[in-house]
Amino acid sequence: MGTSTAIRVENLSKTFDTAAVLHDLSLDVRAGELLALLGPSGSGKTTLLRIIAGLDFPDRGRIIFGSDDATQLPVQERAVGFVFQHYALFKHMSVAENIAYGLNARKRSERPAKAEIKRRVGDLLDLIKLSGFADRYPSQLSGGQRQRIALARALAVEPRVLLLDEPFGALDAQVRKDLRRWLREIHDRTGQTTIFVTHDQDEALELSDRVAVLSKGRLEQIGTPDEVQENPVSSTVLKFLGDTIEVEAIVQGGEVRVNGRLTPVKAPNGLVGPVKLYARPWQLQFAEPDQAHLEGSVRSSYRSQGRQRIEVDRPEGKTVVVEASDSGRVAAGRHVGLKIIGGYVFKD
Amino acid sequence: MAEPPLRPRRRFRQPSVIPGFGLTFGYTLTCLGVIVLLPLAALVARASGLGLSGIWDVATDPRVASALRVSFGVSLLAALTASVFGFLVAWVLTRYRFPGQKIVDAVVDLPFALPTAVAGIALASLYAPNGLVGEQLAKIGIEAAYTPVGIYIAMVFIGLPFAVRTVQPLIVEIDKEIEEASATLGAGRWHTLVRVVLPPLIPAVLTGFALAFARGVGEYGSIIFIAGNLPYVSEIAPLLIVIKLSEFDYGGACAIATIMLGISFVTLLAINLIQAWSRRRFGYV
Repeated sequence: MGTSTAIRVENLSKTFDTAAVLHDLSLDVRAGELLALLGPSGSGKTTLLRIIAGLDFPDRGRIIFGSDDATQLPVQERAVGFVFQHYALFKHMSVAENIAYGLNARKRSERPAKAEIKRRVGDLLDLIKLSGFADRYPSQLSGGQRQRIALARALAVEPRVLLLDEPFGALDAQVRKDLRRWLREIHDRTGQTTIFVTHDQDEALELSDRVAVLSKGRLEQIGTPDEVQENPVSSTVLKFLGDTIEVEAIVQGGEVRVNGRLTPVKAPNGLVGPVKLYARPWQLQFAEPDQAHLEGSVRSSYRSQGRQRIEVDRPEGKTVVVEASDSGRVAAGRHVGLKIIGGYVFKD
Repeated sequence: MAEPPLRPRRRFRQPSVIPGFGLTFGYTLTCLGVIVLLPLAALVARASGLGLSGIWDVATDPRVASALRVSFGVSLLAALTASVFGFLVAWVLTRYRFPGQKIVDAVVDLPFALPTAVAGIALASLYAPNGLVGEQLAKIGIEAAYTPVGIYIAMVFIGLPFAVRTVQPLIVEIDKEIEEASATLGAGRWHTLVRVVLPPLIPAVLTGFALAFARGVGEYGSIIFIAGNLPYVSEIAPLLIVIKLSEFDYGGACAIATIMLGISFVTLLAINLIQAWSRRRFGYV
């Protein structure tokens, strides 16, 4: 994988009606990488993708492809492949006609010969493992098959960058999983620079080389899945990447205390006074009351695949989720102590 | 008691959770029979009194033949025109926002609601040689009123709402993402329009065409004022039927009516078949 920059997004701002959706957002996309734009709905991730594609235009800022300023370039000339959540296939065209559409739409002088188009369509059908489906119509295919056709259609024009907007959002869980793995394979084989939008953190972490976490129109953090998980820069990123529990804590001399008891969590330099401590469900352990940071009574528990998740009601009224390896059912109503064995502290 | 063997039975009625099939189906057949088929059957029965050769004689009568040619020929042309302009009107009304849109949208339906005689008088006074538009047209050598051109104008007028209202709902449903997908694949606006947006609309355009055509063939009131009704030139078949009736030639009137019925049926059937084909090919609606 190269490390040169394929797309540079510079100081992008965009306002719809009166609501700002992107605030001065900058981002570099490396050539050949699979980048996930992760964020809750309303974070501006789809708008960012559409601006890169040329389907929307920014109020301020620039989009640079390689070394060319593409900000004012119409969508037709950007050479991007765009895959929509709801496929957007041409219903009146066969699968082969759909895939060949972008090639057939070219000017006569740039259009490949008929035989060449046919060969390319055949190759792409092989790639998406739908070789026998050339003459079917989209209405005769399942959701997963349609999305693969949509991907082949986008790849057919040999785009500079492949953009996918919640590509698996409309599919059921099993198909989703298969398609994820398959998209990763295709990416590894073609080395195509790819950006995909998702609100599903598992999808982003599993699939991508790097994850860009967006919130309220700003870029919170960008990094490899390991980096953003191990060193989240803000509570927003942390909360968005998975379940967390949140407790009040005090920092004194670099040590973090909860309810007066020392925790193993290290506070970053410069942080003192009252803070929030965030822990993942597996960063809590059951403990004797004299070692516990928190206490509460078990509300319910469920067991799945060798793990168990237990909901504990704390006296202040908050419920925390503890995840541990399965060691037999925990009775509801039992009073338990909880020890914090890891976590992150932030001012908010 | 031995259980009867289970065997699949061919049934006219498919099992369904929606109740009342028997009742509604019977009601539908009765209505269709009494309201539509019975009068038509009476018409054909009356005409058949003349015998096949009698009907043939009527059909080949030069005045009748020319009236039929005018009626069907001009209807086809007018339906074609109404389809094209109706499509444009529907397109503009659904794809763009502009002040007064609701009013324009309501105006489209006026030809539906207007008594045909009112429309006829209005058109006749407008297109007469001393009328507002007729005067201008006369200057460039076009006689609108009292010629087939007048018939054509009246038929376009009454056919337009059909063409607009049949395509409008489909234009509303055009998926914006389909057009965006086409654009990202490098297609220009024109290519997108011709290859992606328009093909799925063809079945609806054909429906509008068929309705406008049928309405044109059957139209009487709005045409006779503007047509001038010159035998062999601007006389329409429905008028000829009225003339035959006023001469107490009921057999002749029924014969012309039966011939019109036959031609209309064949034409509409043909349009329906094209439509079914294009629906399979382009729409899946």
